[in-house]
Order: sequence, then C-alpha cells, then structure tokens
Amino acid sequence: MNLDSMYQEIILDHYRNPHHRGLREPFDTEVHHVNPTCGDEVTLRVKVADGVVADVSYESEGCSISQASASVMTDLVIGRSVHDALELGREFLALMQSRGTVEPDEDVLEDAVAFAGVSRYPARVKCALLSWMAWKDATAQALGGIPEQEVDR
Amino acid sequence: MTSTRPSSGRQSVRPATGGPGGGYDVEQVRKDFPILARRVHDDRPLVYLDSAASSQKPVSVLDAERDYYELHNANVHRGIHVLAEEATALYEAARDKVAAFIGAPRRDEVVFTKNSSEALNLVAYAMSNAATSGPEAERFRLGPGDEVVVTEMEHHSNLVPWQMLCRRTGATLRWIGLTDDGRLDLADLDQVITGRAKVVSFVHQSNILGTVNPVEKIVSRARAVGALTVLDGSQSVPHMPIDVTALGVDFLAFTGHKMCGPTGIGILWGRHELLEVMPPFLGGGEMIELVTMEESTYAVPPHRFEAGTPMIAQAVGLGAAVDYLTDLGMDAIAAHEHDITAYALDGLSAVPGLRIIGPPDAVDRGGAVSFVLTGTDDRPLHPHDVGQLLDELGVAVRVGHHCARPVCLRFGVPATTRASFHLYSTRGEVDALVEGLGHVRRFFGT
Repeated sequence: MNLDSMYQEIILDHYRNPHHRGLREPFDTEVHHVNPTCGDEVTLRVKVADGVVADVSYESEGCSISQASASVMTDLVIGRSVHDALELGREFLALMQSRGTVEPDEDVLEDAVAFAGVSRYPARVKCALLSWMAWKDATAQALGGIPEQEVDR
Repeated sequence: MTSTRPSSGRQSVRPATGGPGGGYDVEQVRKDFPILARRVHDDRPLVYLDSAASSQKPVSVLDAERDYYELHNANVHRGIHVLAEEATALYEAARDKVAAFIGAPRRDEVVFTKNSSEALNLVAYAMSNAATSGPEAERFRLGPGDEVVVTEMEHHSNLVPWQMLCRRTGATLRWIGLTDDGRLDLADLDQVITGRAKVVSFVHQSNILGTVNPVEKIVSRARAVGALTVLDGSQSVPHMPIDVTALGVDFLAFTGHKMCGPTGIGILWGRHELLEVMPPFLGGGEMIELVTMEESTYAVPPHRFEAGTPMIAQAVGLGAAVDYLTDLGMDAIAAHEHDITAYALDGLSAVPGLRIIGPPDAVDRGGAVSFVLTGTDDRPLHPHDVGQLLDELGVAVRVGHHCARPVCLRFGVPATTRASFHLYSTRGEVDALVEGLGHVRRFFGT
C-alpha cells in the first residue's frame, strides 16, 4: 500500500526498538515539548561538553513517527559537534518541509532519510519534527542561546 | 416516517423500505449527499465516519446557497430595493425555521452567531460586560465568591470561555466529574452546584464520549439555587428531536455545519426575558438603536447580538438543512443512528485489544464512539497511526484529544480514535471500520 512510503521498515524498527530512550544523568538542560494537535509529548535532556553533543536522553509518548524520529535523531546527533548537529537539523527540517520533492542524501541523514515519505503528509510533519525541535531548544538553553550563524534562515 | 414536525415539502417523501430500524431508506438518502460517492486513494469508496467533526451537506443545502447568490444577494436589514428585501426575507425565514426546529416559543429568541464557540463566548462575555451595565443586568453579574459550573467532559469551547470569564471576574470555576464508564458523576451534584453558582454550562451530548447527559437533573438543581443554565447542543441538536421548553434550560448553543448546514453559522437560543436584559457582546452596525458620539443604546434581541453584516448565505443554507432534517424526521434520524451506534459498539467490542472510552452500551448515548487500541503484540497503538492507516483504506475517522483534553487526562490516554455517525451512516461502513482495525493491529504488530 501507498503508506509503506510513510511507514518504512526503518521507521517501524526504530518505533519498536527505540535507541537512547530513558532519561539520564548528567544533563545541562531538560525541556518538555508537546504537539497539541495529536498529544505527542517528549521530555528531553541534553548534555553538551566542549562543543560536542555528549548525550541526549528522552522519554516520549506518541505516534510511531514521533517515537521513531526521536530515536533516529539521538543516533545522529550524539557524539557530533553542536555545529554539525545543528546543520543536520536544518537538513532534516528542509526534508520535512519538502512535501516529497527533495531526494534526501543518505550519506548525510542516514536513517532519517526514511522520513522523506512523511513529508507528503502535512498533518504528520510536526510529529517527525517534535524531538528535533525539543533538542534544538534544549541545546540553545544549554549554550545560553544559539550563535546567529546557526539560526535557521 | 415518525416525524412529529410538519414537512416543508422541499424533499420528496421517501418510501419507508427500511434501513435497519431507521424508518427511511439510507441508501436512497445517501444519494442526496454527492460527496458520499467519492472514491479516495486507490479508488476506494469513502467511508466517512467523522460527522461529529463536521457533517456532509445534501444537495438542497448547496442549491439554497447557490440560489441565494445567483438570484437574491444583497445586504440585509438595510436598503429598500428588491434584492435587499428578498435577502432579508430569506435570512429571517431561516430564523423562523430554526425557531420551529428547536421548539422556541419566540422567533426573536434565535440569535445567529459564527458557530457554537461564538454562541458560548457571547454568553460568557455578556456576563462580564454586566459589571458595567445597569441594574437590569444584575442576573448576569458575577465576581469573587461566585461560581461557574461546567463538567469534565466539555469540549474546549464550553470550558475555555468560562475559564476566561472566571479570570476576568474573579469567580471560581467548578466542575462535575466523570465515572469510569464515561458518565457524569452526579453523586455530589448538590455539593458542586451550590448557592454560589451563577451559571451552570454543560454539554448535552459529549463529542468524545458520546454520552447523552441527564439535562433535567442538572437543570433542576441549578434552578433550585438560582443559577443560569447553558446547554451546549453542538452534538445533540443534529441528531435528536430538541424542544427547548421541555429541556428547561436558559440558553442553548449549537452549530450549523454539524447538522448538514454550512460552516460559519451557529445559533444561540436564549429565553426572551433573559436576552431582553443581557448586555451585548460585540458592538457595531445592526446591534444599535440610537448612536451619538458619546454613547449608544442597543437594539432589541436578536439584533442586539448580531453586530455587523451577518452570514446571510450560510443562514439560508442552514434553513435548507433544517428543512432537510425535518423532512426526514428527527425521530427517524435518532432511531437510525441508535441502530448504527449499537451495531458499532458490538462490532468494536469484538476487536481484540480495543477499549472503548465512554459508555459501553447504546443507552443514553449518541453516535460518537472513541476507543484506544493495542497491536497484535499488545503494545498501545497511537491514534495517529490508527487514523493514518484507516485513511489509506478510505475510512475517515478523527484522532487526537477532540478538543476535550481533560477527558483524555481523566481516562489516562494521550488521545483516542473516534468514529462518529450521522443520518447517512450505514452498517456496511461500520464493518469497513472493524475490518480496517484488524489490518491496523497486524501492521504494527511485530
């Protein structure tokens, strides 16, 4: 069925067996984000050390897309420099806003390319972005703001 | 047909060839709704089970709006030319139809608003505006120490305006809680509605639980303590015979688009002696009597509450919808929906891993059925995933908190999937839903 383009096996795998789930110490900041249209919620902690995303941990409740996205996001950003991780976040945001018109770069986005199909469903884009937005918010708070050149344009 | 209302003769009389217990032939009725013949996705027939969000519209409603714009369009209550007079007559005729439909003793008790939310806000704002009005508005005044009572099953549109009223006035919000099977817990009714209550506003039929509330019990307690009563009829007026005098409430709010009418038109009905002394909400043209640079006096109801150019075409469309419902017969519609609801409750209860949120049987219950579901691996499935997969099968349901988040909190679920029915729903559509849910469970099971 069509929807297989949304519910890719990669997404279902992350949904069934999420990575980095559970709230951990130590952390710099904790945020709570909600998607009011469907009730998805995520509590997310960030630890930054020497400009590197040292850890991201979370507890979340919601649909398969929001759950899988959180799992994929943590895989991608943990261990990366904040600068590179924010760049990835912008890539992912662009993909999600593309309404299926962008061919994602698997070398850059890795498992997150599986969400390309979700971008065709406007009602679900927020689900996929929830944890990314929470992570960006927590990171900004941890750094006391995000440098101008890192802000989405 | 078992209609107790006079027919306007707009629709041909249908043979009672019997939908199951409905008194009309549902397949014949469906032909009046062109959208129900749509096919979606891989050429699948549309199964529309989201009428509690918005109902579909029969051709007669679409024709009425088109006729209005093609032949009669002009502003109302001003101008002395032919079109202005025709437009005014059509707009006011719609008021007559609505008044008759709900058994209003007087036509000027029917106020047109944008929707139910605006109708409820109108009363809430009138109550705080009473603070700066004359002694005639005493009945509507409230402040610290006074109480506003709602229930835990309100749609946000009958909760948030009252929260806001309490913030503006210093009054306290109280509410009637719920039982585990989704009914109002009336055990401590007398402790919740006390002499401090100034207004009790509650839903007739819950949009998320489907529960039909015992109006009489609540109204009699509210009356005993001198509180005003407001009934949110958004989900009841479209589905059952309504008589405002029999209900005994002071105000009734409902909306056109859920009763086969257009969007953008709602109704506040209020008892005349109250509307007569109730302060206005929105100021502007049409709602005034005399205006000087310093001050104004206000028109009598209903115009006092209809500032600005109203939704004329939508009112005309709503009038046609009222004709359509009346011709079919509200008793027959209620009987048909009762049959579909009972059939759906049976079918859904048989789905493994499905838990109905709301009354499990069809007694005092309307056709909005919420549920949560687990996959074949017993993990809870999120309603968004359920709804998305059902959509792919052509089955349209609503998912989320249904603008009744406190109900989701009460039952410990983040959201629900809701199937809701109307006069055109069929048992076959319920079968498609139940079959679809089996597919959903297997898809997400490991």
